[in-house]
Amino acid sequence: MLSKKATCKSHGQDSSYFLGWQEYEKNPFNEDRNPLGIIQMGLAENQLSFDLLESWLARNPDATMFGSNGGSIFKELALFQDYHGLQTFKTELVEFMAEIRRNKVRFDPQKLVLTAGATSANETLMFCLAEPGEAFLIPTPYYPGFDRDLKWRTGVKIVPIHCSSLNGFRITKAALDEAYDEALKLNLRVKGVFITNPSNPLGTTMNQDEFNHVISFAVSKNIHIVSDEIYAGTVFDSSKFTSIIEAIMDRNLEKTDIWSRIHVVSSLSKDLGLPGFRIGMIYSNNETLIAAATKMSSFGLVSSQTQYLLSKLLGDKKFTRHYIQENQRRLKKRQQVLVSGLQSYGIPCLKSNAGLFCWVDMRNLLSSNAFEAEMELWKKILYEVGLNISPGSSCHCTEPGWFRVCFANMSQETLNLSIHRLQAFVTSNGDGNYQNQKLSTRISRRNSLVVS
Amino acid sequence: MEFSLKNEQQQLLSKMATNDGHGENSPYFDGWKAYDSDPYHPTRNPNGVIQMGLAENQLCFDLIEEWVLNNPEASICTAEGANKFMEVAIYQDYHGLPEFRNAVARFMEKVRGERVKFDPNRIVMSGGATGAHETLAFCLADPEDAFLVPTPYYPGFDRDLRWRTGIQLLPIVCHSSNDFKVTKESMEAAYQKAQEANIRVKGFLLNNPSNPLGTVLDRETLIDIVTFINDKNIHLICDEIYSATVFSQPEFISISEIIEHDVQCNRDLIHLVYSLSKDLGFPGFRVGILYSYNDAVVSCARKMSSFGLVSTQTQHLIASMLSDETFTDKIISTSSERLAARHGLFTRGLAQVGIGTLKSSAGLYFWMDLRRLLRESTFEAEMELWRIIIHEVKLNVSPGLSFHCSEPGWFRVCFANMDDESVRVALRRIHKFVLVQGKATEPTTPKSRCGSSKLQLSLSFRRLDERVMGSHMMSPHSPMASPLVRAT
Repeated sequence: MLSKKATCKSHGQDSSYFLGWQEYEKNPFNEDRNPLGIIQMGLAENQLSFDLLESWLARNPDATMFGSNGGSIFKELALFQDYHGLQTFKTELVEFMAEIRRNKVRFDPQKLVLTAGATSANETLMFCLAEPGEAFLIPTPYYPGFDRDLKWRTGVKIVPIHCSSLNGFRITKAALDEAYDEALKLNLRVKGVFITNPSNPLGTTMNQDEFNHVISFAVSKNIHIVSDEIYAGTVFDSSKFTSIIEAIMDRNLEKTDIWSRIHVVSSLSKDLGLPGFRIGMIYSNNETLIAAATKMSSFGLVSSQTQYLLSKLLGDKKFTRHYIQENQRRLKKRQQVLVSGLQSYGIPCLKSNAGLFCWVDMRNLLSSNAFEAEMELWKKILYEVGLNISPGSSCHCTEPGWFRVCFANMSQETLNLSIHRLQAFVTSNGDGNYQNQKLSTRISRRNSLVVS
Repeated sequence: MEFSLKNEQQQLLSKMATNDGHGENSPYFDGWKAYDSDPYHPTRNPNGVIQMGLAENQLCFDLIEEWVLNNPEASICTAEGANKFMEVAIYQDYHGLPEFRNAVARFMEKVRGERVKFDPNRIVMSGGATGAHETLAFCLADPEDAFLVPTPYYPGFDRDLRWRTGIQLLPIVCHSSNDFKVTKESMEAAYQKAQEANIRVKGFLLNNPSNPLGTVLDRETLIDIVTFINDKNIHLICDEIYSATVFSQPEFISISEIIEHDVQCNRDLIHLVYSLSKDLGFPGFRVGILYSYNDAVVSCARKMSSFGLVSTQTQHLIASMLSDETFTDKIISTSSERLAARHGLFTRGLAQVGIGTLKSSAGLYFWMDLRRLLRESTFEAEMELWRIIIHEVKLNVSPGLSFHCSEPGWFRVCFANMDDESVRVALRRIHKFVLVQGKATEPTTPKSRCGSSKLQLSLSFRRLDERVMGSHMMSPHSPMASPLVRAT
């Protein structure tokens, strides 16, 4: 009756990543109304800097689309459906992107395609770069949404590049080669490498070695590099972030073939914390790709009303400069609260310098070194401790025991509470060896809530 | 050099990225390109091309703008609305804001005269109707499967339904001899043809009110269609994007009414596409709606809506606007009056020079009959005529060929996307052109069955102008039924 796409599970929503969200929806924490509810730590949102946006709005009534002309802008915007996008918006957007990259890279608005979020950008790129059945190599662990965004309707396959905690989950040449060989064994034609930089879920930025490996690999195999840089504005220390475009330029490869095989994806959902507005983008030097992707963007354009608002916001350079710095400062501070809080109870985090989350090492809390044990632990943390965190298996991590924990989508008080809850859970398990003691866990949870 | 570069790109990128599936090489878009390079402006470019190929509704912006000014809290950027900013900006749930879904469901009910109810939980967002169509194709069919679609049809369907999905569109050929109505015979014929070619038919795509015809389907035809799809167990996708552009009799009957009141059918086969781009004139806001009676389709389409959600800033505005029922009542009725007036102005103006149009009661356009101006009854002749209209008469109208019309000589002409002055200029140009053409191809007997009389060559331009200027003052509720206008 329905298509294969409609009846298969490639939408990926049966993953624990999304199941945790569903449990949270059934019993969401609220300081006053539901203090025993589940705290959402599985949603990588940035809620730390809304006051800055709100005060900008209060100072800039023109963004309402009326200004002093009394209505003419509204009509123009309401009718504006040109898939090339509002030029003023694209101009401001590329300048904002450059600012985030310390102006080491300049972007041309003509090479930018606007899409309904990075979700749509990533899918569109797959439609443009690969045939159904062809593959992209992606380093693990990776954002669970990629299983849907890159594969579901496009028919493209993902082959993982396995990264290990032994070297901080960095991409190695061996891992790239191994992934390529695996694709060959599966009879899959590899069309490209898909990197997320800064990484979700790791929160790390790619280093020069990794760039060397990925770029040499893509050059030698004659394949694409897609770089999802959606978290670029969440880097605590800007000097440590290098965009793929900068990396290519640093290696003097702009005049070679690889230049037209580099494609950047971004969005304003993480940097500015505006996921509801659906502002995504594809940037590429490949004109044919840009032409095709622009036409495809018809299936998911950005509302002209939103383009207009953002063109005003991003056009205020004093504001954007201040926002970028202050936002980074707050993210860094918040990350440190989580890291030190967990550290003090023997739970280490991967050293990170970006993102809205930490990659937390809970291997010591597993009953065994197995994914079943990871799921057991995850369920305990979800239902008994009352925290929705994302298990590493949902991110295709090859080693059990790692969890992504978000810290920027809640108030300071709620973060403190979640740390207390986790600390209580860890403490109740003695020296860190997890015992199946439901009773003591329940008592300790009650205690932790009383304390808070 | 150019060939090898293109070849290289074709290997570097997917077939989808380098083929013509985007449909933009169709003549539908050539006219737009001519317009873009020489757009009419009353003072800056009075000899430019007037855009009559874009089905936009610009007739009620005064009312809309007044509402927006009086309701600042509908914008999250005003002092009154800013307290909602954060809540709206972080909301990315693909169910959509509940108030948005409720308001849209209410509006859809109102447009159908409260004759049916819509469940807000079946409302799924999409990137415009464009996104809704593609999503439905992904949900209902596999690559190589087909949807049947009556001709003539909106050219965008070729891209929206086929490009990235791999499905096919097979025509149900309709003819001017019965005003392009869909018949049981034509549906069966199309279905049989598919069977013989070993093509699996998964759905039937209907556009009601019709683009480009501007007609609404009568109850009997709708019942026949529902019966047909039910018997064949194929899906019915009903695009009702023009549902609130109805301006005269006969009234619009929605498929939702048919399945509710007129005929039993498997509701799992019924899906609606809607948008605010035509009824309200908001194409820039990308408010696409997919409504399905099939739970599995709602669930799947909702997940797919992640690829084209409506900006929450826009959801918030639309929720406020459409829940103001005094406003929605006013806009629906005023829009209808103004569309009737505009439609009447053009069709009467054309009738005066012997140009027939298909009798229609909806849409932002009419279907113009220029068959007797063709050198011969071929599509080559239609293209020749069309190029003259674009480059010499300077009007961008859309040739029937681009709508897959089976008969040459028909053109879609949009009338709601311009101001009154442009309307007058357009009519003057048409009159002038027809008078000149008339001298070259003066018929001795009417060739078409529409009963158009001989051209009135003796009319002077000035007198034509007066008629045109005067006619729009007539009551929109009693358009003069000229014998020259095609009767149904």
